[in-house]
Amino acid sequence: MSHTVAEKILQAHTDEEITGAGQIVNCRVSLVLANDITAPLAIKSFKGMAASKVFDKDKVALVCDHFTPNKDIDSAEQVKGVREFAREMGITHYYEGGNVGVEHALLPELGLVGPRDIVVGADSHTCTYGGLGAFATGMGSTDIAGAMALGETWFKVPPTIRVEYTGTLEPFVGAKDLILHLIGRIGVSGALYRALEFCGPVIDGLSIEGRMTMANMAIEAGGKVGLFPADEKTLAYCAAAGRHGDKPLKADPGAVYEQDISLSVSGMPPQVACPHLPENVRPVDELGDLRLDQVVIGSCTNGRIEDMREAAAILKGRKADKNVRLIVLPATPRIWRQAMDEGLFDIFMDAGAVVGPPTCGPCLGGHMGILAGGERCLATTNRNFRGRMGSLQSEVYLSSPAVAAASAVAGVIFNPAKL
Amino acid sequence: MLVNGNAHKVGAHIDTDAIIPARFLVTTDAEVLGANCMEGLTPGWVGRVKKNDILVAEENFGCGSSREHAPIAILGAGIPVVVAKSFARIFYRNGFNMGLVLLEVGDDIEKLRDGDELEVDTDAGRIRNKTTGVEIICAKVPPFMQELLDAGGLVPYVKKRLADMR
Ligand code: SF4
Repeated sequence: MSHTVAEKILQAHTDEEITGAGQIVNCRVSLVLANDITAPLAIKSFKGMAASKVFDKDKVALVCDHFTPNKDIDSAEQVKGVREFAREMGITHYYEGGNVGVEHALLPELGLVGPRDIVVGADSHTCTYGGLGAFATGMGSTDIAGAMALGETWFKVPPTIRVEYTGTLEPFVGAKDLILHLIGRIGVSGALYRALEFCGPVIDGLSIEGRMTMANMAIEAGGKVGLFPADEKTLAYCAAAGRHGDKPLKADPGAVYEQDISLSVSGMPPQVACPHLPENVRPVDELGDLRLDQVVIGSCTNGRIEDMREAAAILKGRKADKNVRLIVLPATPRIWRQAMDEGLFDIFMDAGAVVGPPTCGPCLGGHMGILAGGERCLATTNRNFRGRMGSLQSEVYLSSPAVAAASAVAGVIFNPAKL
Repeated sequence: MLVNGNAHKVGAHIDTDAIIPARFLVTTDAEVLGANCMEGLTPGWVGRVKKNDILVAEENFGCGSSREHAPIAILGAGIPVVVAKSFARIFYRNGFNMGLVLLEVGDDIEKLRDGDELEVDTDAGRIRNKTTGVEIICAKVPPFMQELLDAGGLVPYVKKRLADMR
């Protein structure tokens, strides 16, 4: 039987035969993830299940990245509980302090995820690993507790929407624009319960980091997973992260798709998502003069080294507008050091930026960049729900690092090509 | 389960940041979360909710983050059932796991208005609008999900499986 990428991966983890969308199957999981917000609930459920040990102490990752460095007593208590659980269970991959980064940037660079893996995480952006060809999806804490105890979980085989990108990308246009454009077109429930499978020459040309940026936002269209085939680039990335034995992965000829979407990207300008939904996407030039109070460059969407370089290339020799607070958060300690060694911090600081530690921080309105009422922020993050970054009366716009950097300089949302 | 209560209707794409904003995620206490339910939509929203009232929503209810604090906040506010045109998938799983009953009714959602008095028979999947006299029959819960509900949610389900393995 011909399988889509999603079906192929599920099939590799179950003894039942995958016959098509809608079927409910139990699958073995390759990695289970939770963070400082979701792990406490997962631990509560885990105890409620009377589980005494995790299924495999090398296959559970606990990453305290959201409110860390702990922003207050309550968050410190939560992390303390997670830390104690990790010790009690002998969990290998516990991250906090100097080794912690934003989970979805951290796990791939540590080689903990790769093609054909099934990864379940108590975090909706677990879908990021689809960029490496992993069936990776977010679930709630109790589902994660079940997976931590059993090493397996159930899935409903999703129908797949295949999205093909053709044409040539304009300068200053990249992965973030590709995914924003798609979400603008199909809407925030356009892929509800479905798998997205990306293909086409533009996708082949993207870096692995770019693919992860796109897969990261599959959930913003309601998708269960955002999958990329695993090619030579994927294998090279995984090998560099210390993995062995990964093989290429692509859909079978004749696989059944629920829908085919074809997008030509030639001539497409940079895209921006406007408040208060990621589907309110418009070309940057149509936005008019939108004054900014804050620009955030970071997160699991765009906090990787390529994103840092993209922002630095624009900020070099320039200064952020005096009314804009520019916050740069490299997503992991490795990226942080790399950016420092490459001299990017000099560029950021000369531009007037604050360079912060690897943390989710402002992305979810946690800390280190909360918005007051009436303030407007442009961020390279993935969600602009009302109040996401602070006051219910604040506004968040979403863009690529290039647009964010150019906008910090201009003081208004701005096309980098016009700087 | 038979639930009698008033409908509190909200719009489309109500995200989990609206249901329970991140600043409240420093606790897992149902009472505290319940007291702040929908604080990201309308501050003070929970003040008009009585025990056993019913939340009614348009499409894609519960989109956004995977926080289980969202169904817990709804339950904590005294709401045992959510009726929506459609649900976001992570929220759907979480609801079942937490014992929050979720009924998907599609376009029939138009037959339920804010403030209507409802009677919901969750076993039969039937909603009676006592204010208008209209009745809605919902899609059946998939068999596997029913198994989970019958076990009393995912926690007892896994507990039993672990016990069987010993
Ligand atoms: S960076 Fe933002 S979206 Fe990513 S995991 Fe952290 S809070 Fe979630």
